[in-house]
Amino acid sequence: MSLTPDQLQRIALLARIEVGPEELQGVTERLNRVLGLIDQLQALDTQGIEPMSHPLDAHLTPPPRLRPDQVSEPARREAYQKGAPAVEQGLYLVPKVIE
Amino acid sequence: MSAALAAKRVSSVELTRQFLDRIRGLNGKLNAFITVDEEHSLGQALVADQRRAGKGGAAAPGPLTGIPIAHKDIFCTSGLRTTCGSRMLADYTSPYDAHVIERFDAAGAVQLGKTNMDEFAMGSSNETSHFGPVRNPWDATRVPGGSSGGSATAVAARMAPAATGTDTGGSIRQPAALTGVSGLKPTYGVVSRYGMIAFASSLDQGGPLGKSAADLALMMNAMAGFDARDSTSLERPAEDYGRELSLDLQGLRIGLPKEFFAEGVDADVRARVREAIQWFESQGAKTVELALPNTGLAVPVYYVLAPAEASSNLSRFDGVRYGHRARDYADLNDMYRRTRAEGFGTEVKRRILIGTYVLSHGYYDAYYLKAQKVRRLIARDFAAAFERCDLIMGPTSPSTAFPLGAKADDPVQMYLNDIFTIPAPLAGLPGLSIPCGFDGRGLPVGLQIMGNYFAEAKMLGAAHRYQQATDWHLRAPKETPL
Repeated sequence: MSLTPDQLQRIALLARIEVGPEELQGVTERLNRVLGLIDQLQALDTQGIEPMSHPLDAHLTPPPRLRPDQVSEPARREAYQKGAPAVEQGLYLVPKVIE
Repeated sequence: MSAALAAKRVSSVELTRQFLDRIRGLNGKLNAFITVDEEHSLGQALVADQRRAGKGGAAAPGPLTGIPIAHKDIFCTSGLRTTCGSRMLADYTSPYDAHVIERFDAAGAVQLGKTNMDEFAMGSSNETSHFGPVRNPWDATRVPGGSSGGSATAVAARMAPAATGTDTGGSIRQPAALTGVSGLKPTYGVVSRYGMIAFASSLDQGGPLGKSAADLALMMNAMAGFDARDSTSLERPAEDYGRELSLDLQGLRIGLPKEFFAEGVDADVRARVREAIQWFESQGAKTVELALPNTGLAVPVYYVLAPAEASSNLSRFDGVRYGHRARDYADLNDMYRRTRAEGFGTEVKRRILIGTYVLSHGYYDAYYLKAQKVRRLIARDFAAAFERCDLIMGPTSPSTAFPLGAKADDPVQMYLNDIFTIPAPLAGLPGLSIPCGFDGRGLPVGLQIMGNYFAEAKMLGAAHRYQQATDWHLRAPKETPL
């Protein structure tokens, strides 16, 4: 599977990463090399195999551990916002989205 | 060192000063540390000395009280900057401590500094760091391996007695091998990932690097254990990781996967590893030829799953709440796109793009789901193997340390380096690398020991027995005291 620069731009949009026109060719080429590597997976027949997302799911049966729906952390907004790029009255500032 | 502290032959302040001096002398050349704060470290050392003297009503001292430990810059520390090797977090101070950091603090260890790493833990050479590459102390024109290259170099060059690292595809074991130190990736779920900046959540594990298996056991006793704040953390009875250091090797079955001894492994690496295995045989261990037939697909599986998980984990870096924000932007979307283009380096961006692609509509089944299925097959290969052996051994890396810049052009060349270390995290299994000799250029070679789930104590035991009979782990590069 090989991507065209246009297809790469679409993925870059999804990933919210700007890829400039001068780097587009190089980024696409290198990415396609990696896609060549991962295409090797297509050769294997995996009919009937369960996908594995948690590496120990067959070995142990960890039940998804859910904690009670209770507040357990103190609100430390000031501490969290100390290093924020732009903050005002406890709110994070970003460019206006809604006109 | 612990004994010396206990016997009051040396104080933590003196010990910490010694290591800070060494860091000052060597870090300019090796670049193992991103952040060092002498005042911060000495302050903690003082507290540790008071604790050892029984003052101030502190808890009784333990083996790590007063020992300076370096931490990979992926662990959040409220007292020191945490950069993850990235411009994105170049000025970030975390408002909380990682679980691993809390555990070392409780043990009374001293934070010696934050070590350099491949950006967001993505790399096998420590060349992708925003703060410059780390150099191998055995040959400064070569890489130390990655992504925990700074931690491995710090230990190898005796800038720190021990360090923490993280391993997702080999990032503790491979730099340990390339720098001649010992490093352990625990079973998935044994060390809490709370406060450990996430790369690939189903693969990441924090673990120790040190000069010996015995040191790793001490570190594990502090690091391991249940933490409710990590939903994948396992509740298990506490264990002493040093309990099998005197392991009886008689009758131990050592599995040798034929895929780990095939073409593509340097002749010297193969020779040193075979010699190490022969030593185990001389002690009564038996070798068993194994096959791990899906080994050849481990690298492609990893480079689907890890980037996919990374693309999700790194979506939080958007310039809104913390970290880098672009200076100029037209609107919110533009802010995101430029912030992330500026804040992330090339390799990180590459992996996010790959991850985004394999998760995208129309490709998810063919790539992500497919890789998860092959992941299960790889785990099954190991399950079958461990029916016939107790430990699996082989080279940690197909080659010794390569020159800086040698693999810069082709990402796939770099990825193929990880062939022996990638399978363990895919299966969630523990893996250990210990030094077993040198190649013709005087570069360290690592022996990898893998075990079944939760077999860390046995693995460390086998390693300890080997280290009692050999001295590879005591060797240090020129210009370093032992």
